[in-house]
Amino acid sequence: MKLEDLRKIREKAEKELKLREGKARVKIVVGMGTSGIAAGAREVLKAFIDEIEKRNLQDVIVTQSGEKGLSSHEPIAEVWEEGKPVVVYGNLTPDIARRIVAEHIVNGNPVTEYVIEVKEA
Amino acid sequence: MPKRLDILVCSGAACISNDSTTIKNKLQAVLKEHNLEDEVAIVETGCMGPCELGPVMLVYPDGVFYIRLKEGDVEEIVKEHVIKGRPVKRLQWTTPEARKIVEEKKQIPFFEKQLKIVLSNCGKIDPENIEEYIAVGGYEALAKVLTEMTPEQVIDEMIKSGLRGRGGAGFPTGLKWKATREAPGDEKFVVCNGDEGDPGAFMDRAILEGDPHSVIEGMAIAAYAIGAKQGYVYVRAEYPLAIKRLEKAIQQARKYGLLGNNIFETSFSFDIEIRIGAGAFVCGEETALIASIEGKRGQPRPKPPFPAQKGLWGKPTLINNVETFANVRHIILNGSSWFASIGTENSKGTKVFALSGKVNNTGLVEVPMGVTIRELVFDIGGGIPNGKKFKAVQIGGPSGGCVPAEYLDTPIDYESLKKLGTIMGSGGVIVLDEDTCMVNLAKFFLDFTVDESCGQCVPCRIGLKHLYDILDRITKGKGKMEDLETLEKLGEEIKRTSLCGLGQSAPNPVLSTLRYFRDEYIEHIRDKKCRAGVCQFEEAKEEEVSLEKKLKGII
Repeated sequence: MKLEDLRKIREKAEKELKLREGKARVKIVVGMGTSGIAAGAREVLKAFIDEIEKRNLQDVIVTQSGEKGLSSHEPIAEVWEEGKPVVVYGNLTPDIARRIVAEHIVNGNPVTEYVIEVKEA
Repeated sequence: MPKRLDILVCSGAACISNDSTTIKNKLQAVLKEHNLEDEVAIVETGCMGPCELGPVMLVYPDGVFYIRLKEGDVEEIVKEHVIKGRPVKRLQWTTPEARKIVEEKKQIPFFEKQLKIVLSNCGKIDPENIEEYIAVGGYEALAKVLTEMTPEQVIDEMIKSGLRGRGGAGFPTGLKWKATREAPGDEKFVVCNGDEGDPGAFMDRAILEGDPHSVIEGMAIAAYAIGAKQGYVYVRAEYPLAIKRLEKAIQQARKYGLLGNNIFETSFSFDIEIRIGAGAFVCGEETALIASIEGKRGQPRPKPPFPAQKGLWGKPTLINNVETFANVRHIILNGSSWFASIGTENSKGTKVFALSGKVNNTGLVEVPMGVTIRELVFDIGGGIPNGKKFKAVQIGGPSGGCVPAEYLDTPIDYESLKKLGTIMGSGGVIVLDEDTCMVNLAKFFLDFTVDESCGQCVPCRIGLKHLYDILDRITKGKGKMEDLETLEKLGEEIKRTSLCGLGQSAPNPVLSTLRYFRDEYIEHIRDKKCRAGVCQFEEAKEEEVSLEKKLKGII
């Protein structure tokens, strides 16, 4: 083993442990209550995870919460970013989820047409 | 691929005895049933600490902490928490006073007051996966010393850090390394003492089970510093899981080239073998341990020469405890001044304790040196169960002593404990409440040391048996007032004249209870009364009385 090999293994393995650090820059919370799941929240969640993995975003975690109380707008997801208000998206599809990752999380421009609420963190 | 959820199932020995393996298997099956295997990772970790609440489980990223799980709870956790994101409240930890659900692991007082350095990976990474260890900076310290530091610089860092031996006696680690490096000889050895034998102690077991690579890395760094090529880990056979995980870790380290020849393409070569001990308490004494590794009977020999001069097979040998080695990588990576900033003036860093006895949160804890006994027992330990009154803590096992309530605010460090007549020891802390009889407790530890004495020297072999017999008499209501003086005199004599640490410290439980709980001894002798209600006093038997009378007549 060379020094570089150790660094390479570390880089790769760090990703696997990302969840356990609790140090993410961005947290995406997908509403996974019964109505959310019925409206397709699971596919949305998978799309988020997949897109983040594809883009190799190290500091973003995806988690889920229960019912948000806005059943008519399900699937719903919130984007929590340090020091910024929380952006709540509604009526999501997997494609929109991918757009949110690209436009909001990577480039910092929220996908306004799907924003249903902006609230204080 | 990274997952959405990491479910950490505690696989320390305590949780496994509580059937955590069934929980894990069930979890695997239910996740599969719901096609969630790709989204959720199951990680088996080392001990998370709160052992009496086991089996425990920790779900990340939220850090939800589940306790006392049963197989039947798994389905609900998957359906509610994993699928719908609603943590199952009835299974979450509640604090005893508020009965409030403590949602995140870091808010639980048990964890909040702790400072985890040695245990930072225990309960967080999979101990059987070297890549998880590498992910948290594993083997970076070894890489650093091999590529950037001379052995002298490494030893200098260790001396500056102020690290002292965690096995009990508290000898400065850096000085031990220096002495072994400077001892003449071309072949030297590194030995890890994992012969943890105090009743109520399980710190080393937890480290070996939960983070075996940290011990391997610490040993490799030590080997580089003193100039050794071969290391041995001495673990007792009663620790099968620790042995299994360590064995696996050694194999993985070899496979990754972190043990073996020319590590990190340097001239440094080092390998480790495990030696399994049969579980004799005296083998925790370094010279007895060395004899045992050599295949001889595990008996101590007089010192000097110290192992640093003449150790394994007569060669200079460095012996450190498991926890001591586990500290090394943190000192190398963060620097000696960082380490020296933690703790008290003469006791640096943290100490792992195994909390047991009459305390709400039993388990494994790590605190900075200088934390008071009160904080350890009441804040982290959660106080005494069932509204009982705190009586004392027994620290240091059969070599240590009892600290009564009036010294609760004593900071935990090597010197303060010594002043109170006990020792830091390896870290077993047994909490005692009003239902404990102190005479009986002293008898319990003496019973242990009488059994474990190797029999080589007279004070330990015969003296301890005498101490035990006197205590036994007192607990049966047959003591005499002059026994107290005999106990003290004999105890001091055994301490002064025994060959090794076992005998030199074995009278401590008697001497310290006599010092702080003399009243109880007197009550037993004079009033035939045991205030804790533990000792059963026999009526003096007819025959014995008549025998005494007969003897009187003769004399």
